[in-house]
Amino acid sequence: MKTLGLIVNPVAGMGGKVGLKGSDGSEILRMARKLGATPEATQKAIQALQALAKIKDQLQLITYPHAMGEDACRAAGLAHQVLGSIRGERTTPKDTERAAKQLLEKKIDLLLFAGGDGTARNICTAVGSQLISLGIPAGVKIHSAVYTVTPREAGEVAKMFLQGHLTNLREAEVMDIDEDAYRQGILSAKLYGYLRVPIENHYVQQMKAGGILAEAQVLAGIAGDIIDSMNESNVFIIGPGTTTRTIMEKLGLENTLLGVDVVCNKDLVARDVSERQLTQLITGRQAKIVLSVIGGQGYILGRGNQQVSSKVVRQVRKENIVVVATKEKLASLEGRPLLVDTGDETLNEEFNGYIRVTTGFQDYVIYKVGHH
Amino acid sequence: MGRDKHTLLRKFHQARWDEQIICEMSIPGERGILVPKVEKEIAAEIGDAFPTIPENLRRKTPPALPEINQVRVLRHFLRLSQETMGADMTIDVSEGTCTMKYSPKVHEQLTRNPGLRDVHPLQDEDTLQGILEIYFKLEEFLTEISGLDYFSFQPGGGAQAVYTNACIVRAYHEARNDDKRSEIITTLFSHPCDAASPATAGYKIITLMPDKNGYPDLEAMKAALSERTAGVFITNPEDTGIYNPRIAEYVRAAHKVGALCAYDQANANGMLGITRAKEAGFDLCHFNIHKTFSSPHACMGHSTGAIGVRQELGKFLPIPRVVSNGKHYALEYDRPETIGRVRCFFGNAPTVLRAYAWILQHGADGLREVAECSVLNNNYLLKKLSEIPGVVIQYAKGKRRLEQVRYSWNKLKQDTGVGTEDVMRRMADFGMQHYWMSHPPWVVPEPFTLEPCESYSKDDLDEYIAVLRQISKEAYEDPEFVKNAPHNSVVHRVPIPSIDEPERIVVTWRQYQRKKQARVK
Repeated sequence: MKTLGLIVNPVAGMGGKVGLKGSDGSEILRMARKLGATPEATQKAIQALQALAKIKDQLQLITYPHAMGEDACRAAGLAHQVLGSIRGERTTPKDTERAAKQLLEKKIDLLLFAGGDGTARNICTAVGSQLISLGIPAGVKIHSAVYTVTPREAGEVAKMFLQGHLTNLREAEVMDIDEDAYRQGILSAKLYGYLRVPIENHYVQQMKAGGILAEAQVLAGIAGDIIDSMNESNVFIIGPGTTTRTIMEKLGLENTLLGVDVVCNKDLVARDVSERQLTQLITGRQAKIVLSVIGGQGYILGRGNQQVSSKVVRQVRKENIVVVATKEKLASLEGRPLLVDTGDETLNEEFNGYIRVTTGFQDYVIYKVGHH
Repeated sequence: MGRDKHTLLRKFHQARWDEQIICEMSIPGERGILVPKVEKEIAAEIGDAFPTIPENLRRKTPPALPEINQVRVLRHFLRLSQETMGADMTIDVSEGTCTMKYSPKVHEQLTRNPGLRDVHPLQDEDTLQGILEIYFKLEEFLTEISGLDYFSFQPGGGAQAVYTNACIVRAYHEARNDDKRSEIITTLFSHPCDAASPATAGYKIITLMPDKNGYPDLEAMKAALSERTAGVFITNPEDTGIYNPRIAEYVRAAHKVGALCAYDQANANGMLGITRAKEAGFDLCHFNIHKTFSSPHACMGHSTGAIGVRQELGKFLPIPRVVSNGKHYALEYDRPETIGRVRCFFGNAPTVLRAYAWILQHGADGLREVAECSVLNNNYLLKKLSEIPGVVIQYAKGKRRLEQVRYSWNKLKQDTGVGTEDVMRRMADFGMQHYWMSHPPWVVPEPFTLEPCESYSKDDLDEYIAVLRQISKEAYEDPEFVKNAPHNSVVHRVPIPSIDEPERIVVTWRQYQRKKQARVK
């Protein structure tokens, strides 16, 4: 018997159909409802749940009241247990966080949540990678890699995971998009955190220990290659992400998963630095920047590593930028180029062409770089 | 009775014997052969023979071999063979890039010739003339087939051949006193050994991704080439079966920076008599004797990676080389710039013999016919499979492929949830070998790679197509049935995902006993 938790963010997706970008904030919600928007998240959750109907007898489903999951379970015809309470119709991020924490206490096997980037952030804040979770896409803007492409796919993946047919887990990025800026047509994204997600990657065979072991070895190889190029005087700016994390782990240094750390002579010089600190640290020094590929869209600059600003990049120079990624990650881009968005158009254009990516120990790929 | 005339499908069921491990069948004291006692006269002459065995080689305890009589041994292994599916038993179109063509059984008689079987490589050369002549003549055949100047048959397989070529590239640059050449460039769709073997030889590897048409990105290659490039190691056609018509341009770009080009021609079946390494400008190449030239694959057993080089690189070849003055054949060891040995003696002689015999049986026009048949068979298969619901063919739309194709079940997966691994397991229910999917990383999603070769008739291909069409139909009508395959095989519940935790894998009886004990604890 497996336990599945379900949280629906009833307001996710409200803004989209009526042309508003996002649904955070009560003012936007009021506008959305005025424009005739109806809650779509429940519908999407039902689609996902229908895929689970086949294994309903091996499943224990726990959810939150009314529009936060109970409605969807009932409509999908699945027996369920209801936890907690909500005040009236208007739910808030706090409700999502509370629900996630309560489900964590129940030690569920998998958490399905229906929403968008905001919902993913709430789950992240509440439980982080303590739970294995998966997103049913229902939000307006989905920049976080924790979601499947369609609601039905989320149900399929959940089913396979709960049946033990799917064992590959991935740390998927949760992005933080500046909504106000987005409404003005500017996309400004930060890396918010990671969730542990079962990804049914049809680009990889499902292997139990092998797949995860093999990736760990490749990452160790990448780290080894980078560390080999460290000497007493060059300064290494280590960007955020799980690929760069291995470098810090191998050096035995504390690592800021979402931030930028600075290393020199294999020692930690500064943690979680700002752009200003960075420019100070590299002035007059030979420096290298190590960047991982963020998210499914393939950004190496401009998504989650804004501290590595155009100023820093110009100071360090393009030829001292080292991109790290596994070949699997590059293959998942399906031929799309790596992307650069430093905010400085001229600088972005300088990146057009090819860049060397470190994909293992003394193992590289020459990959195309473009910009949006 | 018999295969259905219209659907071409068989009511196949694999034999299932539920057989024990042979060690479990052991009965103390049971014997299959009683070793004859030493004759009195010999015993009197030699005395006790045991002291002649060095102390450190003498067993302290008897070997733990199973004690079984001949009848039971015979029956046991025949039963096991009935539970497997091999190239002789099935229409083995399934192993794309392996070139599973018919290995003529007459070759097995040839390899039993005492002049091959009962000799030792350290015998006097005068008593090895037959083997040496065959080596010499096969080298002549391959120089004609490839256009290159010298060949060696010492490497034991394709990956070792590529390794040997990497060593030759290294020797070449060392002789030029160029110590900057630390990188080898290859492509994602080339065989993984084109990256792994040079890496083993100490090189840094740069891999090129395919462009949207499925060719290696030429612009990326130009960006990768530099004075640090020792060589470009590339397969053509690549795993996709798409022949790169601009291959000579890639070679020119590499030569411009002073790098050598090594042609991985393990997949040469579609090109014999049509195109050659020489005209494309390559400096080195290799063939897999056990693929294109028919020697049995023998379960990763005896094989040969024949390497070929241009005139200038001949001096670096491994020793010994077979030389001739026209009347007599000899082994030449005195070659001062050789890279040395990559394998003991001079390689797998029976494999060389089979290749030689196969080429003789075909002749030059026969080789060309092999290429034409493989390409024709492959494109027939491609046309028919592209009509099956759920199959996607990526890259080079509307273009022909050479001798193999990488297909994708991505549409089937999206429509029905049935993916390539499910289809693969269901194939066994029709007497077909599981197809091979792809080298990692899977750039083509839900992949399967097929290679018909020249050996299979249209009827064979039609049956293979019928099986895949049937499975596609089943996937759309009853996906769970396909996902729970195989149904007519030796095993019915194949673990998904496959078991790969070390504590649950055993390959020897001793390991099994040890790990089983550990689990009980």
